[in-house]
Amino acid sequence: MTSPQEDTRYVEEAGTTRDIKNPSYFEHHGNRKKMLKLINFVLLAAGSLMILSPLWWMLSTSLKTMAEVMSFPPTFFPESWNWSNYIRTWEAAPFTQYTINTLVITTLVVIGNVLSNSFIAYGFAKIPFRGRNLLFAIVLATMMIPGFVTLIPQYVLFAKLGWVNTYYPLVVPAFFGSAFNIFLLRQFYMTIPNELIEAAKMEGASHFYIWRKIGLPLTKPAIATVAIFSFNGAWNDFLGPLLYLNDENLYTLQIGLQVFKGQLNTQWNYLMAGSLLVLLPVIIIFFFFQKYFIQGINLQSGGK
Amino acid sequence: MAKTKSAMRRKETMYGYIFVMPWIVGFLAFTAGPLLFSLFASFTNYNITSQMDFVGAENYQGLFTEDGLFWTSLWNTLYYVLFSVPLTTIGAIFLSALLNQDVPGIRVFRTLYYLPAVLSGVGVYLLWMQLLDPGTGMINLILGWFGIDGPNWLFDPAWTKPSLIFMKLWSVGGAMLLYLASMQGVSKTLYEAAEIDGANTFRQFFHITLPMITPVIFFDVVTSLIGGFQIFQEAYVMSSNGEGGPANSLLFYNLYMWRQAFENFNMGYAMAMSWILFIIVFILTMINLKLAPRWVHYEGGDNR
Repeated sequence: MTSPQEDTRYVEEAGTTRDIKNPSYFEHHGNRKKMLKLINFVLLAAGSLMILSPLWWMLSTSLKTMAEVMSFPPTFFPESWNWSNYIRTWEAAPFTQYTINTLVITTLVVIGNVLSNSFIAYGFAKIPFRGRNLLFAIVLATMMIPGFVTLIPQYVLFAKLGWVNTYYPLVVPAFFGSAFNIFLLRQFYMTIPNELIEAAKMEGASHFYIWRKIGLPLTKPAIATVAIFSFNGAWNDFLGPLLYLNDENLYTLQIGLQVFKGQLNTQWNYLMAGSLLVLLPVIIIFFFFQKYFIQGINLQSGGK
Repeated sequence: MAKTKSAMRRKETMYGYIFVMPWIVGFLAFTAGPLLFSLFASFTNYNITSQMDFVGAENYQGLFTEDGLFWTSLWNTLYYVLFSVPLTTIGAIFLSALLNQDVPGIRVFRTLYYLPAVLSGVGVYLLWMQLLDPGTGMINLILGWFGIDGPNWLFDPAWTKPSLIFMKLWSVGGAMLLYLASMQGVSKTLYEAAEIDGANTFRQFFHITLPMITPVIFFDVVTSLIGGFQIFQEAYVMSSNGEGGPANSLLFYNLYMWRQAFENFNMGYAMAMSWILFIIVFILTMINLKLAPRWVHYEGGDNR
């Protein structure tokens, strides 16, 4: 912070004619600032209500009786808190099976993404080789391809391989890296000094060893970010399971919820209970691991 | 000595390719191969099981001249992109400007506003179907408090697309964080200098903050444009039976492509559609890149 005296000096140098030596100028200025801060705070508080009210509405609706859901006008607070709605919802469809299925897919996708992308990104960041820049340009260019352009021929490929109605199409591609994660991890690897790698090489360490013993431990925060984004992506994935899974025993939570929607029509209390249960793990992870989400965003924008 | 050096370099190149090999294999198998196949198949009447005869440009011609639904879906998608991209961009910038101030509880505010951005999938779509329900939903209840007779949202063809745009605005926090990170990187001395020159908060925002974050605005516009053209899941889940109704008002480009590919098994036709989308997205991205130097401000020497 600069003191008012210093400010005066700057202003005189800049040659403005503003009468800032008059103390009332600063007082007026300070009040204006306080006023703006108050408006800022009020806007943020009002906005938070808009952000949070849908989530409150989901919880509130999930606890109502069907009669109360249908009553007009709708109520903001449930007359009675029917927690049993959650048990009924869980038992109305094979949600336990869906959860296990989703966890299997999600775990494999997270492992695949972390291992492959960390490995690939090390190559792009820390090993100088011919053709590296060209290859990395292609990595970035693939981000521009609309998903459906590859989705349809990929389906043909997986269908010919007999992979429809298996988890392979959802899991196997995760082990071959993805542009966004490679980009994210490469950004992070760039912050590791090359001298460290060179020193290890002088000691006779191979790149595999350096990746395992130096690369992986030093990029832990970025790996956590990739793991969380991957978890989120796989947990929320709807398109993949919709396309490849026809057998009800293989359904994931997202597909289960969609089927549930078709069966229940407008029984909003159960539908909201189901939705909240499916969203809950993501909400919990968000509150525990916020800093990794934010780190991912910062890496994305090219900051540190 | 020169010999050992080139031997070293060769060894590095070998290692480099070993590390990026998973990506190369994945790229060939899941991206490049499918792309080539799709380009070829878009000139055939491929239906995945029995036929694959070369039909020339018939698919493309049919789309442009005989298929009304193609134009409907393209129009719906353009409508969505045209409104959602500017609104979410402006919303995110405005929000991050509010969240870049030093007011009480700012960390809590930032967390709250970001939360909806990590929530996605069927659970969120079901929540918004309930919120927007004309009789039992929260939105029309609140509008009613202000004497506004809310529309029928997802049941009125004129309001279905605005419904999805509102839902999108709820999760504007993702882009907000991107802008916030960039705003926090703007040098404090710029603001101090402007303050002394007597520039008020609004002038400071438009003459310092906004120009300094143009690289992030550019990144956000490019990615959300590409993303906007690919809207699919929302429309699939939130229209009854995934048909894109009422009155085809939610029949987005990808939804129509999905129906052609996986319901009618007109694979060749659908792949032709996907290439038209690719070309549209490509041209728009190129236009963006061409226009960028006119308004994107890069700090000299800082190659972020």
